[in-house]
Amino acid sequence: MNIDLSFYNLEMIRQYVLSGFLFSLQLTVIGTIGGIFFGTLLALMRLSGKRTLTIPAGAYVNMMRSIPLVMVILWFFLLMPSILGRPIGAEASAIITFIAFESAFFCEIMRSGIQSIPRGQIYAGQAMGMTYAQNMRLVILPQAFRNMIPVLLTQTIVLFQDTSLVYAIGAYDMLKGFEVAGKNYGRPIETYLAAAVIYFFICFGLSRLVKILQQRVAIIR
Amino acid sequence: MSWNWEVFCKSTLDENFSPVCFGTGGETTYLDWIMSAWGWTLSVSALGLLIAMVLGILMGALRTLPPDNFITRLLATIGNVWVELFRNIPVLVQVFLWYHVVPALIPVLKGLPSFILVSLALGFFTSSRIAEQVRAGIGALPRGQRSAAMAMGLTTFQSYRYVILPMALRIVIPPITSESMNIIKNSSVAFAVSVAELTLFAMQAQEETSRGIEIYLGVTALYVISALTVNRIMALIESKTRVPGFIVSASSGGH
Repeated sequence: MNIDLSFYNLEMIRQYVLSGFLFSLQLTVIGTIGGIFFGTLLALMRLSGKRTLTIPAGAYVNMMRSIPLVMVILWFFLLMPSILGRPIGAEASAIITFIAFESAFFCEIMRSGIQSIPRGQIYAGQAMGMTYAQNMRLVILPQAFRNMIPVLLTQTIVLFQDTSLVYAIGAYDMLKGFEVAGKNYGRPIETYLAAAVIYFFICFGLSRLVKILQQRVAIIR
Repeated sequence: MSWNWEVFCKSTLDENFSPVCFGTGGETTYLDWIMSAWGWTLSVSALGLLIAMVLGILMGALRTLPPDNFITRLLATIGNVWVELFRNIPVLVQVFLWYHVVPALIPVLKGLPSFILVSLALGFFTSSRIAEQVRAGIGALPRGQRSAAMAMGLTTFQSYRYVILPMALRIVIPPITSESMNIIKNSSVAFAVSVAELTLFAMQAQEETSRGIEIYLGVTALYVISALTVNRIMALIESKTRVPGFIVSASSGGH
C-alpha cells in the first residue's frame, strides 16, 4: 500500500472539487436560510394553540424527523416531477428537499427558543397594545433568535455534513467531486482521505467558531 | 393516480404474481426482498449500536477523568480527540473510509464483508455522539458521589465501575434512545457500499417496477415502525432500571 499525493494540484482541484464544493456551500446556505424561515413559521403554527394549525404542523415535523434524510431525498426526487409537471434536475431537487427537511429541525429549535422567552415579555408586548404580529416580530422573535444562535449554527454544521447525502440522487456535491476525481485518476483511496480531511477541517473549524460565539452571546439577560 | 400494492406480490424475476405474496418454490417476491432488506437494516443498526455503546461509554468516561496525573490527562485527551474526529466527518464519508481506505491500509480487514465495515463506520460515528452524552451525564452527577467513592478507598476504576457509571448511564437513557433511533435512520447510508438494506431496496425496486410510490411508502413505514419499536424498548429499559427517588437530568449541570 503506497499513498501517492502527487496528482493533487490546483488544476485537479479546480476541475473536480471546486464546483462540487460550491454546490455543497449553496445547498448549506439556501437550506439554512429557507429552513429557518419555514421552520419559524412552523414553530409559530405549533405554538399558536389553534388545532387547525398545531396538528398539521406537528404531523409534518414528526414525520420528517422520523424518516432517514436519504429517503426524503429519494421521495422528493421521485415526486417533484409529477408535482411540478416537468422534469427537475438532481441539484434543484436537492435544494427543495433540504429546505423542506431542515425546516422541521429548525422548527424544533425555534420552538424551544420562543418558549425560553419569559411570558412577561409577551404580556408586556400585549400591554403596549401590539398586535400578535408586531409582538412576535419586534419582541419575541429577535430574542428567540439571539438565544438560539449557537444551536442554529450547530444545526447548520450538521446540515453541511448532510449535504454529502445528495450522493443518493447523483447530484454533484463536494464528495461526488472527490469521488469522480478518484475514479479518473485511479486513486480512490487518496481522494476519499482528502475528502475526509477537508470535511473535518471545515466542520471542526466552524464548531470552534460556534463555541467562541456561544460565550459571547450567552449572557444577555 | 391509482395504487397498485400488488407490486409487493410480484416475482422479482418475471411477471408472475404469488397468491400468498411470499415467494413459493424458490421464487422471491418483492415482499420477500423488502423483508430481507429490513433484516439487513436492523442488523447493521444493532451491530453498529453495540459498537457505539461500548466505545461511546468508554470514551465518554475517559473524558471525565480528573486531571490528576499525566496518564489521566492523556486518556482524557484521547477521548476528546476521538469525539471531535468522528463527529466532524459526515457519516457517508466515514462509510467510504471504512469501505475503501481502511482495508487498504490494514490488510487484515480486507476479507471483511461490507456489512461489518458499515456497522463499524456507523458505530464509530455514533460512539462520538454517545460519548458526548455520557460525559454530560457524568457531569450531571452530584460531586459528592465521586468524593464518597474516593472516601471509601475505591480506585478510580472501581469508582467508575461501581458508583459513577451505574448512575450516569441511567441519566443518559433518554438521549441514548434518540441516538438508537438515529442509528437506524443513519444506517440508510449503507446503500452507498451496496449493503442490501432498505434504502438500496427502495432504489433498486423503484427502478425495476416503476411503482416508486408504493415501494417508498413500504420502506418509509418500516423505518418508522423500527424507530417506534426502539423507542418503546428503551422506555421499558428506562422504567426497569429506574432508581427510586433519584431524578437528575443531564442538562441541569453539576453542583
